[in-house]
Order: sequence, then structure tokens, then C-alpha cells
Amino acid sequence: MRPILMKGHERPLTFLKYNRDGDLLFSCAKDHTPTVWFADNGERLGTYRGHNGAVWTCDVSRDSTRLLTGSADQTVKLWNVQTGTQLYTFNFGSPARSVEFAIGDKLAVITTDPFMDLTSAIHVKRIAKDQTEQTEESLLVIKGPQGRINRAVWGPLNRTIISAGEDAVIRIWDSETGKLLRESDKESGHKKTITSLTKAADGSHFLSGSLDKSAKLWDTRTLTLIKTYGTERPVNAVAMSPLLDHVVLGGGQDASAVTTTDHRAGKFEAKFYDKILQEEIGGVKGHFGPINALAFNPDGKSFSSGGEDGYVRLHHFDPDYFNIKI
Amino acid sequence: MAAEVVLMNEVESKAAQLGIDLSVDLNSIQLPPGENFGIVSDDEDVYLDDQLEFDSGFGNVIVVDNLPVVPREKFEKLEGVIRKIYSQIGVIKEDGLWMPTDPETKKTLGYCFIEYNTPQEAELAKEKTNGYKLDRSHIFAVNMFDDFDKYMRVPDEWAPPEIKPYTPGENLQKWLTDEKARDQFVIRAGTDTEVLWNDARQSKTELVYKRTYWTESFVQWSPLGTYLATVHRQGAAVWGGATTFNRLMRYAHPQVKLIDFSPGEKFLVTYSSHEPSNPRDANRVVINIFDVRTGKVMRDFKGSADEFSVGGAGGVAGVSWPVFRWGGGKADKYFAKLGKNMISVYETDIFSLIDKKSLKVENVVDFSWSPTDPILALFVPELGGGNQPARVSLVQIPSKAELRQKNLFSVSDCKMYWQSNGDYLAVKADRYTKTKKSTYTGFELFRIKERDIPIEVLELDNKSDKIIAFAWEPKGHRFAVIHGDNPRPDISFYSMRTAHNTGRVSKLSTLKGKQANALFWSPGGRFIVLAGLKGFNGQLEFFSVDELETMATAEHFMATEIEWDPTGRFVATAVTSVHEMENGFNIWSFNGKLLYRILKDHFFQFLWRPRPPSFLTPEKEEEIARNLKKYSKKYEAEDQDVSMLLSEQDREKRRKLKEEWDKWVSEWKQTHEEENLERQKLRGGEASDEEEEYEAKEVEVEELLDVSEEVLPFEE
Repeated sequence: MRPILMKGHERPLTFLKYNRDGDLLFSCAKDHTPTVWFADNGERLGTYRGHNGAVWTCDVSRDSTRLLTGSADQTVKLWNVQTGTQLYTFNFGSPARSVEFAIGDKLAVITTDPFMDLTSAIHVKRIAKDQTEQTEESLLVIKGPQGRINRAVWGPLNRTIISAGEDAVIRIWDSETGKLLRESDKESGHKKTITSLTKAADGSHFLSGSLDKSAKLWDTRTLTLIKTYGTERPVNAVAMSPLLDHVVLGGGQDASAVTTTDHRAGKFEAKFYDKILQEEIGGVKGHFGPINALAFNPDGKSFSSGGEDGYVRLHHFDPDYFNIKI
Repeated sequence: MAAEVVLMNEVESKAAQLGIDLSVDLNSIQLPPGENFGIVSDDEDVYLDDQLEFDSGFGNVIVVDNLPVVPREKFEKLEGVIRKIYSQIGVIKEDGLWMPTDPETKKTLGYCFIEYNTPQEAELAKEKTNGYKLDRSHIFAVNMFDDFDKYMRVPDEWAPPEIKPYTPGENLQKWLTDEKARDQFVIRAGTDTEVLWNDARQSKTELVYKRTYWTESFVQWSPLGTYLATVHRQGAAVWGGATTFNRLMRYAHPQVKLIDFSPGEKFLVTYSSHEPSNPRDANRVVINIFDVRTGKVMRDFKGSADEFSVGGAGGVAGVSWPVFRWGGGKADKYFAKLGKNMISVYETDIFSLIDKKSLKVENVVDFSWSPTDPILALFVPELGGGNQPARVSLVQIPSKAELRQKNLFSVSDCKMYWQSNGDYLAVKADRYTKTKKSTYTGFELFRIKERDIPIEVLELDNKSDKIIAFAWEPKGHRFAVIHGDNPRPDISFYSMRTAHNTGRVSKLSTLKGKQANALFWSPGGRFIVLAGLKGFNGQLEFFSVDELETMATAEHFMATEIEWDPTGRFVATAVTSVHEMENGFNIWSFNGKLLYRILKDHFFQFLWRPRPPSFLTPEKEEEIARNLKKYSKKYEAEDQDVSMLLSEQDREKRRKLKEEWDKWVSEWKQTHEEENLERQKLRGGEASDEEEEYEAKEVEVEELLDVSEEVLPFEE
């Protein structure tokens, strides 16, 4: 498996997202320009210029026409995927950390960081079909969790919102009323900041990665802990194969604490685990900094990783990957 | 982390919601005495109980007797004199000098009390000034105040000591009778200390005993494995027992820093170093030697650090540990200390110097005991710019007769390595080259057990090679040397005797360019781990010296420690907390197969429990080695059973996990389908789920790239 090295960002990667068809890959980095690539050969297709701060996150609509990006410049922007023009800008008083379109692309959930005297918050915005009708107004604002909320995603049928962040607790909220419905168990849950959260293709379960050196698989509806994957390093990014029962964990020592002796010391490998048996099955080396972002192509035949080193590495699996037996 | 802080008003609102009455005065709750509900108190006084048992609070007060009796006019002058004498030794407390006077005659009574800041100072004052001659008729008699108390309490009439009924002790060596012949080890990670079985067959550990805050600095096995020693502020303690670990004995020694067992584990040496009150002085060192079983102090040594740091690193706190080196093998008969121009050898029968004299050796800088016999090897460096050569000599104890002596010329440094049976002694001598600008290394090999102790000189093929490591094969005749200057040094194996040449050392083999800087022989010999620690990132090579071939190469990334189990069946490699990441340990078989690995954050120590030497005679051991097949049959059968069982269990476990997972998935599928319609609605009627709208179309595209016309020759 020879990866394709995509050097287009000048700063550490923060987020990766494939569109639904799996032909486009969107990447966000701490430089200010989200970039779109051909997911097949890694050719750069274009950039989205306009943000004035690190871009933390993005999401693309189901029909691949609109892109939503959240940035540390305290805005969330809506773009035309094809032309790269800005369609709308949502302004917040603090950096936006995560965004996601709801099923149907009529709603979006956005989280903002605690900043100055503002606490962290989860916002629900209506995304209008017709651009001219788009408004700034939030349908719902949820406040409560302490510290940064690193990720918020929609639950089944847009009825719930799942959030996770610095306080190591996963919460499920009612997306209509903003009421807290469930909280992850302190005992079995994560012990440190949850850095990442990714849903299964059908949204029935999701995987969370944490600095406590573990990743956990949960039932989306009941918030039951199903699996725990232990690793040797803090987890920054998680991904689930849509095709096989595999999960991928990426991470590594914090960039500020990285040893200078050996690239292996920091554990910058993407590690593959068997989803069911919770056993490690392999690793993909290459980055020389912690892995910050991971994404699986929806066809399950390739995945990409983005590192603190500023590279996106696109991996197409060898045929024998699909025959792994343990 | 902010979320862990629960605000009181949140608690109250939650309580109100649940209908719980919170109006309890927390301070009014009293726990039953002695019960703490598993909550460790953070009040330090609770833990000082032990210390209070040992002094009554007047430990820093001395009584000075035989002072002149003076009238009132001279009182102040006498007080001045005393204060002058005693404030040289330590800091006398404010109002700490009290000289009582007779209320009628107003004369002093001939004694006074002095209170120091610390008991150490008081003790030092007692030692230094007891017998101090003020003038001919006034010789000070100094005592600790506490001692008065103690002697006053001696009853006038002698009562025969009570004979305690004999209670049989536990079998402290029960662990040796393990059915599966496993070995134990102790690990320390975070605040936990655990003793575990190495269950290599099942590739896992089995807990024997675990305790949080078991020790305050480190743990140590006694040399025969009977005891586990822990170190606390108040002293050391040993633990052991048949099934679990009970405290067997405590050894009071405040602020103990280091401990050392005698090889036969009869005695325990404890060491502490105390900051002097006068910063110009060296640290005060206290060393106690305890009898392990009775807990009695057999001998104590006190003095300034300088007296104990000859030949060592020196400095304020530095003594080279162990200060006392034990000799004469497992019988624990002698111990010795290096002094200035002498070696003090003590006998444990009487706990004093042999012949009441130290062994005088001018300028001696190092010595070491034979591991089995009462023989000392000592080294005296070159003197007078080379006029007097350096010297290594072997001295028999207790006769102090010199058995053998060798003069060495232009030697800069010397190290001595004993073979574990005391058969051989290798002296590594660094010599100056003719120009005196660089050094090269040679070995002097002593054959201790042969007549007249013949000495042989060995030089490496390339004389200028630096020696990185040297190690004798335990109980064997071979040794290994890592040598070379480049980043990939060579490793050579030598034997003191081969089949056709018993009297000469010969080289067996040299391995070129290895990533190794440390040698770890199996305790049974024959196998060796060539390890590249630190700079080499934990490269491991498992090498068979009999066959002279590599059995396996492996890596335990960043490994800092390597230890063979006492039987030579397994090797443990560990990454301790000197590194931030990867803390934990790996267990390998002797031939380099990784059996299992365990990760533990803040990993401090890994120690195999030593085993006492086997009771089998060498003949019997040889017989077993010859008929190994016969003996191993039973174990092989067991091994097979276990591995069958394990794979069965494994299959079962996997099957269960798969089943469980399938159940989840089918549940999800069902709900997913049930919600299908609604999802479609959310998407504005667009055909929703993935598969339905995928349509495999095969499109054939033909492209005309180039057209060319050519006339082909026509042949008939």
C-alpha cells in the first residue's frame, strides 16, 4: 500500500471529510484555507478562501453542492462546492469547533468554544434551500457542559444531538427542546478529554476517541457502551470502516511533548483494530507528527489521514487487506 | 478538569429533586475508632504513630555530669564555658541549657541539661564529649536524657524472663512448591505494588498480592527470595508468608534511604544520611546492621559522610553503596568496608574487626569479595609517577595472608569481575600507551581454584578497542565482551577452557557490528541476551553460546531494564518511568519469543523473586540434564493440555463476541428500516437509503487515438 502524499496545507491538519459519493475529499487545517481533492488520485481540485483563522471542521451536503466550514475566526461559512464562492457567513462570539448537516441538509449543528466570558454552546441553525432566505437566527442553543465541546453530531432522524468534549462526558440532547436526555456513565466512560467522535454509516452506533488512550463504541440510541479499544497513546482521531468490521485510531504524543529521539517514540501510526474482538490487527506508519484527522472513503476501499506535520496521506488498500483473518 | 468539580448548589438542587435531606452536619459524623472505610487520611500525624514509639520526646536532650561545683558568682562563667563547648557541635535551643542550683547554698550541683534542635545533634554531642577533660578532676560524663529514664526503670530484683510458647511460623518458602513451577515477580507502578505469578503457559500474570502505598520509595527482594523489603520514613520492613504477604519484622531507622541484605539474608544493612546543622560539615551518616529474623540491631556505625565515601563518588551525600560488602559466600561470615589506606573486615560472630585491626593497605582504592570464598581482591593504583607499579592482590580472610599478587605497569584504571562460582577473576586494566595520550585495555585472568593461582594475560585482537561491557557466564567457563569504538561494536566470546586446551583462554567467536551495549547471561549459562539499551532503542538479540548462533532478534522499544528469571526460562524487559511513553514490561521465552506484554503508566520497578540455590547435587543435576526427555514428559503433556484449553477458550470467547455483535447489528438494522420512511420524509421525499439508488452501469468508451496508413508488402 503506497500512500499518496498530499501536500497542500502549510499548517497542521485538523479535519478530513469525504463526500457521500466518495470522489471528493475535503481537508481543513490550521492555515485558513479548506481544500478539496480528488479522492482517487489526490489531485488538488480547489480551495475555499475567505476564513481568517484556523479551520477546525467542515461538512458537505448530501448532494455535494454545499460545504459548511467552522473556523477559529468565530465564523461558520457556507460555500458553493463547485465554484468556491461564499454563500453565507454565520457570526459567533467565539471559535466554531464542529459542524454537521442534519439528515435532509435543512439543519446544521454547530458548537462554539468557551471564549472570553462566553461559555461553550451547541447551536442549531436552519439552512435554507434558497440562499436569499438564509438567516443568522438559531433554532436552539444548548449550554451546560464545561469546557470545549469538541464534537456534536445528529442522532437518528435528527431527533437528538450527541455531544462530547473536554469534560470527558458524552451527552445526548433532545434536538427540539434542548433537554439533556442521557449522559455517559462516569465509571465506564472516558477519563480524559474526548477529542473525536464519528458515526457509523447508518448512524446506529458511534465511536469516540479520547486522550485517556482509548476509544469507545456506543449505541447511538441508548448510549450503551459496547466496546473499548485500548491503545498506547492519546487518541486524536477515529474512523470506522463502512465495509469491514475495522476501526482506525490515530493520535500520538502531544506535539509539545514529542521526544526527539525517534519517530516511533511518539506512536504516530494509524492503528487498525478488529471492531468486534477489540484486538489490534495492524498499523500504518508514515506521519512524523501526531495524527489529527482520519476519514474512511464511503466505499471502504481507501482512507486518509491528516497529521500535525501538515500532510494528508491517502491510502488505497491492497487486495489482501480485504482478506485479513484473525 | 472542570467537569469534575460539582458545585454545592448543584448537589443541593439534585438532592431536592430526589427528595434527599441534606441537612446533616458533616462534622458531627464520627467514625468508629480504627475504622476509616478505606479512605486514606491525608493527615500526616496519623502515620507518625510508629515513630512515636521509639522516642519519648526528650531524644534531643543530654545530661552532662561531673561539672565543677561553683558558687553563684562563677555560675555565668561556667555556663559560658559549657555553652562554648556544646554549641560547636550543634544548635542549642533557646533556653536549652539549664544548670540547676542548690536552693540553699546557691551552688551548682555539678550537672546540667542541654537541649538540641535534633536528636542527631544530641547523639553526636554525647559521642564527642563523653570523657571530655575540662581539667584533671572534671571529666565529663554525658548521657542521653532518655537513657536515664530507661535505666531507672530497670527493676531492682531480677525476674526470670518469661518463656513464650513456641508458635510455628509460616512456611516462608511456600512459593517454591508451586504446582506449575512458576516464578513470582514484583512490580511497582503508580502507587500500587503487586506481586504476580508469571503464568507463561497462559501468557498472562496471576495476582498474588496487591497493596497500595506499600512502600515509600522502593521494594527489594532478599537474595534468597524469602522476604520482600519495603522502605518507609520510620525504617524498613520485611514481608513474606505462605499464601499472602504479612509483615514479618520492622527495623526502626528514621529516614532510611538505602538497604542491603547479606547474601545469606541473615542481616540487613540500612543507611540514612542527615543534613548537618552546620552547612560546612559533611552529612552525617547512620548505618545499622540488623539481624533479619530477630530485628535486633547487631551493630551501628555513625559518622560523617567522608568516613564512608572512600573510593566512592564522594561529595556531600555520596557514599558508594553498599558501604559494607559481604564476603565468604552465603554463610554471611564477613563484611568489609573500604577506608583510607585500609580495609576494615568485620566478623559477624562477634560483630567487630578481625584481630581488632583493620587490614592496612597503603592507597587502596577498590576491593571485591569472591562470591563464594573468603578471599578479597584489592587494587592499589600506581604511585609516584610510575615508580611504584599498580598492584592487584588476593588476600585470604581471616588469616590476612596474601595468596597472589600481580604488579601492573602504567595502569590508569582497573575493574574486577568475579565469576559467580569464584573460579575465576578477571581484572580489566586500562593502560596508557607509550605516549601516555590514550589508553588501551587488557585483561588479567586469575584461575583461583588452580594451584598457585596462575594468571594469564588476554589482549583483544584490536588492542585499542574500548570495552563497553564484560560479563562472565554464571557457573560457567566463558565470558563475553562488547568492544569497539564505532556505533556498532563487536561482541567476542572467550572460554577459559576448551576440550583440547584446559589451561589456556581461547576465543570462541566474534560477532561483528552489533547494536548492543549490555550483556545479560541466563542464570543457567548457555544463553545470553545482547541488548542495545538507551541509545539503541531496546534492540534485543537472543544468542545461544553453545551453538554460537542467534536464536531470535527482537525489539522492546525504549527498554530500560532487562532481567532473567532465576531459572533462566524467561526474560523480562521493561520500560520504566524514565521514559514518559510506553511504560510497562514484556515477558519473553529464553529463546526470544514474545509471550505477553503489559502496559502500566508510571512503571517504576520490575524484580523477579530470587530462588535459593537448588538442593540437588551437581551429579544429580547432570543426570537430569542427560535424561531430560524422561523428566520433561509430564510437563509437555500439561503444556499441551493448557494450550488446547486456551485455544478452546479463545474460540469460545470469539464466538460469543461475534454473536453478541450480530445481535446488536440485527437490532440496528431493524430500527433503521423502521425509520426508513421518516428519513425519506426528512430528505424531502428523495429516495433515501444508499443501496436503492445505486445503479451499476457499465459504460464503454472508445477513443480513437491515432490513425495511420501503411502499405504492407504482399507476399504470396
